[in-house]
Amino acid sequence: MSEKIISEHAGRQVTAGETIIAKVDLCFTHDASGPLLIQQLKELGMKILNPGNVVFFIDHAVPAPRRENANDQKLIRDFAREFGVNFSEAGEGICHQLVAEDYALPGQIILGTDSHTVTAGALGAFATGMGATDMAVAMALGKTWLRVPETLSVRISGGLRKGSFSKDVALCLIGILGSEGANYKSIEFSGSTIEGMRMSERLTLSNMVVEAGAKAGIIPADGETRRFLNERGRDGFRQIDSDVNAHYEDMIDIDATKLRPMIALPDSVDNVRPIDEIGRVEIDSVFIGSCTNGRIEDLRIVAGILSGRKIHRGTRLVITPSSRRTLMEAIKDGTLQTLLLSGASVTPPGCGVCFGALGGVPADGENIITSTNRNFKARTGNPKAHTYLASPAVCAATALKGFISDPGEYI
Amino acid sequence: MTALNGRAWKFGDNISTDQIAPGRYFHLRSNLPELAKHVLEDARADFAQNTKPRDFVVAGRNFGLGSSREHAPVIIKMVGVSAVLAQSFARIFYRNAINIGLPAIICDTAQIEDGDQIEVNLALGTVLNATRNRRLSFPPLPDIMRDILEEGGLIRYIKKYGDLEISG
Repeated sequence: MSEKIISEHAGRQVTAGETIIAKVDLCFTHDASGPLLIQQLKELGMKILNPGNVVFFIDHAVPAPRRENANDQKLIRDFAREFGVNFSEAGEGICHQLVAEDYALPGQIILGTDSHTVTAGALGAFATGMGATDMAVAMALGKTWLRVPETLSVRISGGLRKGSFSKDVALCLIGILGSEGANYKSIEFSGSTIEGMRMSERLTLSNMVVEAGAKAGIIPADGETRRFLNERGRDGFRQIDSDVNAHYEDMIDIDATKLRPMIALPDSVDNVRPIDEIGRVEIDSVFIGSCTNGRIEDLRIVAGILSGRKIHRGTRLVITPSSRRTLMEAIKDGTLQTLLLSGASVTPPGCGVCFGALGGVPADGENIITSTNRNFKARTGNPKAHTYLASPAVCAATALKGFISDPGEYI
Repeated sequence: MTALNGRAWKFGDNISTDQIAPGRYFHLRSNLPELAKHVLEDARADFAQNTKPRDFVVAGRNFGLGSSREHAPVIIKMVGVSAVLAQSFARIFYRNAINIGLPAIICDTAQIEDGDQIEVNLALGTVLNATRNRRLSFPPLPDIMRDILEEGGLIRYIKKYGDLEISG
């Protein structure tokens, strides 16, 4: 699949291991890398080739908590206006959610200055993260260099048990692969579990592949992709099938019917255990949000668990919807009220809590569980805290009990 | 390129970009000299203050995993580190390091201890551990990355050639 997409963009048939130059369909950046990118573009002395294919997001520290952030954001805002690129203002939401909803299409090559750019692989795109300098050059030239990755086939079959979700599949996979098990490679998903997943669940799966080092995590476009695009009034659906005799470097099979809720223990994402094997872990703080699991579908699952209940005394719960649209839907259907009544704090759409830049920082020695993608030391803003990762459902059940809990009894 | 000489600062496996350039200093990302004062702070508190120009960061497996923040290699270079040596690198960090002109060298770093004096020859692909009299070799970079590094980074490469080109 990666080879097919890259071949279309390189203008010739390419094979894994080759280094090639490929055209790029969409480039995006945000307030975390945008200022450095703008500096590099100026240094380069070149203009943006196709401003219509470029998006600048402000999502990482919003609303700006400090003067320095405000100045960085102003720089991006002014630059976007001057060069006529697409612009997403603070408060609109997390770039990966908006790229999926408004920009990404099957068969595209998408580059973002963010490791979780792989999220858009859920729409059948080859989407990967790069740094500011690579992106400055990609924006200026409309192309990039790539080493064509080997492909790892991951087939997930069967129905998920009650209380288990796509996040548990993702954590299970990273546990199998290890934090560098897919380094430089592309993961291609298949199997009945994937076919039965809604786009919101697929985005979680593709989002997490970078935690095993993968360059891309592609789910072939199908009827669900078409539905997702249609719902937003977007054209551009195409189906790209993998070749019958496609070469896979390795194949992994996961039986979803056996999957229990999975927990990543501190301080690495591949330190994964089924919930039954971790014993009792007291939790001081819970965070639900991020490009991994902050969608309306996630918040509805959380609200279903919290409905009519109060979170455990002494445990905090912070929730960040992934976009303005997510927040508005949560207001419309009563989800937000349920969350607030349970005792949750709800913050404006953005990335800040997930990576320790803004809000929800745990105290020294505290345990925090999050629905996000990383639990590295210092990730949540305090190197002396301990971070666990799980599905939004486990996070919600944990907020009620005060220790890491199976959501099964609430679902 | 000439040989590089300096002291090894040893780090473990899986040093993430969250440890190299922590999110709590997010507001300093446009003030790189200030951000550089905290480089690798959560992995080794003594590093940022005591490292000297031409020293080396020497790590285990999967160095630089996590975020795509280019600030991570930028601030490592900014404190004077002349190369990062590791058993393996996470993909984005590896690319970013070369793009900003910081050599990222894949070799058997188990042969190097903290404080060892080492000499790296990029052209020959060799590392000499002078303290322990051990010699290591490392594979050449892929062609385009070698060209980018030789020019001192991707911006200089594009300024010189005006385009991306695959040689050979």
